[in-house]
Amino acid sequence: MASPAILLQGNEAVAEGAIAAGSRFFAGYPITPSTEIAETLARRLPQVGGTFLQMEDEIASIAAVCGASLAGAKSLTATSGPGFSLMQEMIGFAAMAQIPCVIVDVMRGGPSTGLPTEPSQGDVMQARWGTHGEHSVIALAPSSVLECYTLTVEAFNLSEQYRTPVIMLSDAMIGHMREAVVLPEPGSLRIAERGTPDCAPDEYDTVTSTLDSILPRPPLGSPFRVHVTGLVYNRLSGAPDTTDPTAAADLGRYLREKIYHHREAIQRVEEVEMEDAEVAIFAYGSVARAARAVVKWARAQGVPVGMVRPITLWPFPTAAVDRMAEQARAVIVPEMNIKQMSWEVQAAVAGRAKVVDYGRVDGDLITPGEIQELVKREFYYHRWEES
Amino acid sequence: MSALVDEERLEESPTGDHALPKITPHTTAEIKAHLRVAKTMWCPGCSNGTITRALIDAILGLELDAEKVVVVAGIGCSGRISAYLDYSTVHTAHGRALAVATGVKVADPDLHVIVAMGDGDCSAIGGNHLIHAARRNIDLTALVFNNSIYGMTGGQTSPTTHRDDRSTTSPYGNLEPAFDLCELAHAAGATYVARGTAWAYHQLVNVIAGGIAHKGFAMVEAMTICPTYYGRFNATADPGEFLRLQKEHAAPAAEFDEGESRERERYPVGLLRHTERDEFVAALGVIRERAQGARNG
Repeated sequence: MASPAILLQGNEAVAEGAIAAGSRFFAGYPITPSTEIAETLARRLPQVGGTFLQMEDEIASIAAVCGASLAGAKSLTATSGPGFSLMQEMIGFAAMAQIPCVIVDVMRGGPSTGLPTEPSQGDVMQARWGTHGEHSVIALAPSSVLECYTLTVEAFNLSEQYRTPVIMLSDAMIGHMREAVVLPEPGSLRIAERGTPDCAPDEYDTVTSTLDSILPRPPLGSPFRVHVTGLVYNRLSGAPDTTDPTAAADLGRYLREKIYHHREAIQRVEEVEMEDAEVAIFAYGSVARAARAVVKWARAQGVPVGMVRPITLWPFPTAAVDRMAEQARAVIVPEMNIKQMSWEVQAAVAGRAKVVDYGRVDGDLITPGEIQELVKREFYYHRWEES
Repeated sequence: MSALVDEERLEESPTGDHALPKITPHTTAEIKAHLRVAKTMWCPGCSNGTITRALIDAILGLELDAEKVVVVAGIGCSGRISAYLDYSTVHTAHGRALAVATGVKVADPDLHVIVAMGDGDCSAIGGNHLIHAARRNIDLTALVFNNSIYGMTGGQTSPTTHRDDRSTTSPYGNLEPAFDLCELAHAAGATYVARGTAWAYHQLVNVIAGGIAHKGFAMVEAMTICPTYYGRFNATADPGEFLRLQKEHAAPAAEFDEGESRERERYPVGLLRHTERDEFVAALGVIRERAQGARNG
């Protein structure tokens, strides 16, 4: 028998998703509009034998998450704009030292204190490039309460599989919205576990990850006696090595390629009514909800509009954008920032279709009506019915 | 024993801290078995090697299972200890060692977590993490290598550089007063506070061992010498001479008058504070019981 539908808030769904994924460690610092994730986990984690820590700031939060993950615990933190900025240092450490962890950024208006209670998608590029140096990231964008749950599970799976920090880009609207959801049955979702290396401790320095076989790191306090560092290190021995350009190049390339090489497997995209679409709306997160309504409205009038909704924002879904560029003559990119993703779309479309950007940074949601106006311009010859 | 730990220094070590473990120093071969490398990047005359040895001596003396020892280090000269020690080790980001270590200890309470930091690492960029780790009384051993200067970056003023000292960023003398790291940790809630010097090797081993054995947040300040920068700018570039100055400046805690000013010329060494209070990781267990009781009841 299926579970009954329950009324759940996006932030609560993230918290429940984390527990379902097997996470038993959260460290965070209160910040609107993400605080309900901390509050829910403060109540729930001790019930399931886990640990909730309220740290002294966001830097300490992500640092403690890195430490707990290194000791073997699936770990997460949750924050918003200003806290996400503070976390960039240790997100870089996690990327460099290849520490699986999940960072939930419930986006709000910025920069700085900005619009603490209003939604935004202003952290899309910060998620990609916020920490210094060359690295790859995985970032997911939920667009419903159910996805807050399922993508949190997926975020943990990807972080374990690719030994990398994974960023969930929710926003104030998705995080605070309540929807009736039927959560997946326990056991029905894939849960990736970390595992241990298939070798003796004294052989550990003789095996190394390849792009197709990313080995798990043994936890701290094991016979493997691992060394973990944010310095450039030799990928075989794990020892810091800042003098050998070959070792630095090997690591630098590897940190990028280990994600990029698997982008087809990582990327998740929802394509709606794209088979014959002349105009595509490329929308993610909360904006995709308005875009979906517009597709329905246009199709009801026989107008071929479709939607491409990247669920994985990073690595950027180039294959889906390729298909979109071949199919549609125009692509509309509505987003709650100024051109952050539309530049990326434009680069991938590479002149094959017209790219129309539409951004808002005033804290108001983009409505279906606004997107309808953009669609109408692309079908100026169509006689629209009064709605 | 290394050349720097000579017989004279062992005899003159101001011990007398009766609450501390008494560790018999181990042979160089026994010490080396806990090192991954034979060479360090520390300057000639630097006493970070002495502190490294003292830490291994303490771990051996307490008969800890080496597989359960985790050393979490910050950034700076001291941070490099992480790559040298043959335990599970983490070389974190500047100032963040205590916050990372908090996650490690909470996730696996069976581990002995030692946090190696420099003075600037722990009290400037990491000062917030220091006071909160002390306030929580989490069972970590903070081992602070205090050389009174930023050595790795070439000799800049740190929060423990004394007033009027010279550094590359205080060319006319430092205008800020120095932090007393032990008093700072005590005021923030640390339940074990001790200071040792590179000069007094025995005492240093014992105060480190006492910190590791203590159930709660332990602050062990190890006064180290930096002849290359701090010494050259302010005292002496001669390591031997510098160590003898350390001996003159260090006063056994029992003989130190609380009213005395804590200046470079005179500071108390040995076990300074030792109290018992609820430990954080154990308290987390109580929270879990409450949560599960509330759920079942």
